[in-house]
Amino acid sequence: MTHARVSMTLNGVRIEGSAEPRMHLADFLRLRGDLPSIRVSCEYGVCGCCSLMVDGLVVRGCLLLAVQADGRDVRTLEGMAEQTQDLRAAFVEHNALQCGYCTPAMLLTAHELITVAPDADRDAIRDGLSGNYCRCTGYHAIVDAVEATAQARRTHKGDDHDGR
Amino acid sequence: MAGDDISAFAQLQMTHIGKPLPRPNAERLSRGAARYTPDIDLPGLLHVAFLRSPYAHARIISIDGSSALACEGVIAVLTGADLATIARPFEAKLDHLPKLKAAKQYPMAVDVARHQGEAVAAIVAATRALAEDALDALRVEWEELPAVTDPVRALEADAPLIHAQMPDNLAFIAEIKQGDHAAVEAATQLSVQRDFTFARHTGVPLEPRAIIATFDAIEDRLTVYQSTQTPFQTQAALSAMYGMRESDIRVVAPDVGGSFGVKLHTYADEMALCGIALLLKRPVKFVSDRLESFVSDIHARGQSVTARMDLTADGTLLAMNVDALSGIGPWSVYPRTSVLEGSQVLTMSGCPYQLRAYEGRLRLAFQNKAPMGAYRAVGHPIAMALGELLIESAARQVKMDPVAIRRRNLVPDDSYPFRTLTGLRFEALSHHRCLDRLVELMDYERLRREQKELRQKGVYRGIGLAAVVELTNPGPALYSVGNVRVSAQDGCQIRLEPDGRVTCAISITDQGQGSFAAIGQVIADVAGLNQADIRIIMGDTAHVPYGGGTYGSRGAGVGGEAALRAAAAFRQNMLSIAGALLQTGPDELEMREGAVMSKGSGQRQLDLRAIADVAYFKPDQLPKDLQPLLSSSGHFTQLTDTFVFTNGFQASHLELDIETGFVRLLEHWAVEDCGRIINPLLVGEQMRGGIAQGIGGALLEECVYDESGQLVNGSLVDYLTPSSAIMPDIRIAHIETPTKTSILGAKGAGEAGTAGAPAAVLNAINDAMAPFGAEIFQMPATPERILRAMGRLG
Ligand code: FES
Ligand code: FES
Repeated sequence: MTHARVSMTLNGVRIEGSAEPRMHLADFLRLRGDLPSIRVSCEYGVCGCCSLMVDGLVVRGCLLLAVQADGRDVRTLEGMAEQTQDLRAAFVEHNALQCGYCTPAMLLTAHELITVAPDADRDAIRDGLSGNYCRCTGYHAIVDAVEATAQARRTHKGDDHDGR
Repeated sequence: MAGDDISAFAQLQMTHIGKPLPRPNAERLSRGAARYTPDIDLPGLLHVAFLRSPYAHARIISIDGSSALACEGVIAVLTGADLATIARPFEAKLDHLPKLKAAKQYPMAVDVARHQGEAVAAIVAATRALAEDALDALRVEWEELPAVTDPVRALEADAPLIHAQMPDNLAFIAEIKQGDHAAVEAATQLSVQRDFTFARHTGVPLEPRAIIATFDAIEDRLTVYQSTQTPFQTQAALSAMYGMRESDIRVVAPDVGGSFGVKLHTYADEMALCGIALLLKRPVKFVSDRLESFVSDIHARGQSVTARMDLTADGTLLAMNVDALSGIGPWSVYPRTSVLEGSQVLTMSGCPYQLRAYEGRLRLAFQNKAPMGAYRAVGHPIAMALGELLIESAARQVKMDPVAIRRRNLVPDDSYPFRTLTGLRFEALSHHRCLDRLVELMDYERLRREQKELRQKGVYRGIGLAAVVELTNPGPALYSVGNVRVSAQDGCQIRLEPDGRVTCAISITDQGQGSFAAIGQVIADVAGLNQADIRIIMGDTAHVPYGGGTYGSRGAGVGGEAALRAAAAFRQNMLSIAGALLQTGPDELEMREGAVMSKGSGQRQLDLRAIADVAYFKPDQLPKDLQPLLSSSGHFTQLTDTFVFTNGFQASHLELDIETGFVRLLEHWAVEDCGRIINPLLVGEQMRGGIAQGIGGALLEECVYDESGQLVNGSLVDYLTPSSAIMPDIRIAHIETPTKTSILGAKGAGEAGTAGAPAAVLNAINDAMAPFGAEIFQMPATPERILRAMGRLG
């Protein structure tokens, strides 16, 4: 099968590679072997396990072909370590992950959610995360962790403001 | 703590056990730093795709692999017959249940495929995509055979046979009749009998099944990486199938992305993968994709039951009667069989209550659907639903409050040990305490008042309760007595590292429950170490002591006890060395936070690093007659009881839209008594995750087959699982009744959530429908079925 050249900015670094036109982006990244946060489960857009960021938006890595990401800015959890640090700590504190399989995608989605909607309440958080399946936790602890992070970020912002 | 001393354990200063400490390996997982089986790559790794039977029942006339072999990247094409040249057939039997029929099975179907999705041929290629491409070129000539899908039909005299050598399709039958039936008959004033249907559903771990096998011809050793709960079971199965010695097979379970029982079974296709590695002498990998998971992972539940409760007019329970029928697919799943889901319904229905008589019958039928196996809470969700739905139904009839009728009939907390009419021994349960705590936790009275007010406004809310009993910490009675090579024993080894840290190797496994955390907490307290200084190894048969692994909610209870014993011995070993170095009796010393202290003064004397330094590098500083023990081991099998039972109570609060039949879950509560709690965070999350899966079974999840045996909703698009949007908040409270069958006193908590949630939810729906005189006894209770039950659909 013919391969196509693909280049993209991956976690801030320009990379080039080749991919079969039919290969989806999640597989393209997964098969590099250095991005363990990338996983797939359904590969048809339902479970959200493969979520990653393209040009600043969280998208399904299994519904995008690698060639479609040509020239784009792609980020995985590895490249979002700093931005998600507080959220990850909250996940650990609340035990909002068990097997961890859904976790990277859940973190990226939750981070985007509370960035866009910093005031999201529990219901809004539940709605916002509903495209990311977790089979282990029952979601309560995830909602706790996201809610606590959103609140801490709000307070923190308020503090910054007061300090000025 | 010396030896088997429970009271000495109770005196121990606990700074880890019982504390909600974060899991040490959660931080790693939260960075996405995990290695699941699909992530593993090996030099020269080839990929396998299976051709699966498109028919529920068909004879394989011929398989022509020549065109497939000519496809790009294809290395080999193998059929069931090819594997049968090296594999011994296997069959799932339990010696103590001679009535359970078993048929011989091969890694891939040889002459007849008996369910849609059964593997019949394998393509080995350079990539998974190329292997899948070549599947299209594989030519199979089939002769479709009549499929039997309905278990009732399967048991009819003229039904087509699933296994030609058997007289009929009856896989198993068991009956129980105990108690004083004549007296019950005379006293009965009310009988509540209902027909229940529990759909088939499946586990859907987000990481699908995955396995890699590689044969090392130099060492004559097979290494297998497998997403599994029980590496030693795989080792035993491979040994039996391929005639290798168990110790020449290494099975590694890396990070496992959820299992819930799905990855507890020895799947024929996974055994085929290992056979392919042996035949080709090349490393091969199989990762199930989500579509094939639905037709090849085990399914569960799938029972129709007629059940009855007999009572007096004042709501006193007298007897229970259960008649259950289930189709288990064409095979009893190797090696644990497919009998447990049914047999637990037979023995556990109504078990929280005092009964004067019990009668039950269970029939299992072979059929042409995916095999049924052990999925989280095996049998319990059905058994609990039967008793709990009937008792609330009876309460409505005698106009008693559901809490009051339970208080009248639950086995009193002071009457333990208690033996059920079905022969189960309950060491110590706490139904009444749990119910009291639940009523308080959920503010039951307030909810009832609210419910009444809202009904006036046309808002229909329901409150449903469920008592739960869960079987945990199984002893040898579960499998060993049946002569199945599944260990009831677990082992733990602890060794001192040269830098003063310790390494612990233990036979239980972790699929996210937090086994690493729980074991670390036990060892830290019992050995007197810092948890951060303990490195734990699990899931590698080459590096951990032999043991059962994780199943039947036994990790914390059985594995934890093995760890406790190893840790107690390790501490003694360290204190002996310290005593020799400090020229004082070991009894004068104690270990805390990785250091040796004087008992009297509490003064820190030396730490483990210093002990390691002397023992490994300056042993001449030790007395000449001391050859120090620098490692320890502990083993445990729960031998006191057949099982150690736990109990709890759950409640569901929901709102029913009587126009659409939609259910909105408002809140869920659980009070759990799993004995000694090692870490409440872990118990809480096991409960919540289990409840979510129970809710899935109650409202959403169903493997829908058509009459010809085709799964018609086998994708995550059509098969619904709970999302965060439908799940309610789940509040947890604990009651602690430690078991005396171990020093640690911990029981399991992995399955109780799933066991009780369906009953609580269905009871809440029935409570919401009560003003309309409607009830539902079918799971999942979909909007359509609810409307039908209310007579609002034709
Ligand atoms: S793997 Fe992409 S949504 Fe499921
Ligand atoms: S933690 Fe296992 S799927 Fe979410």
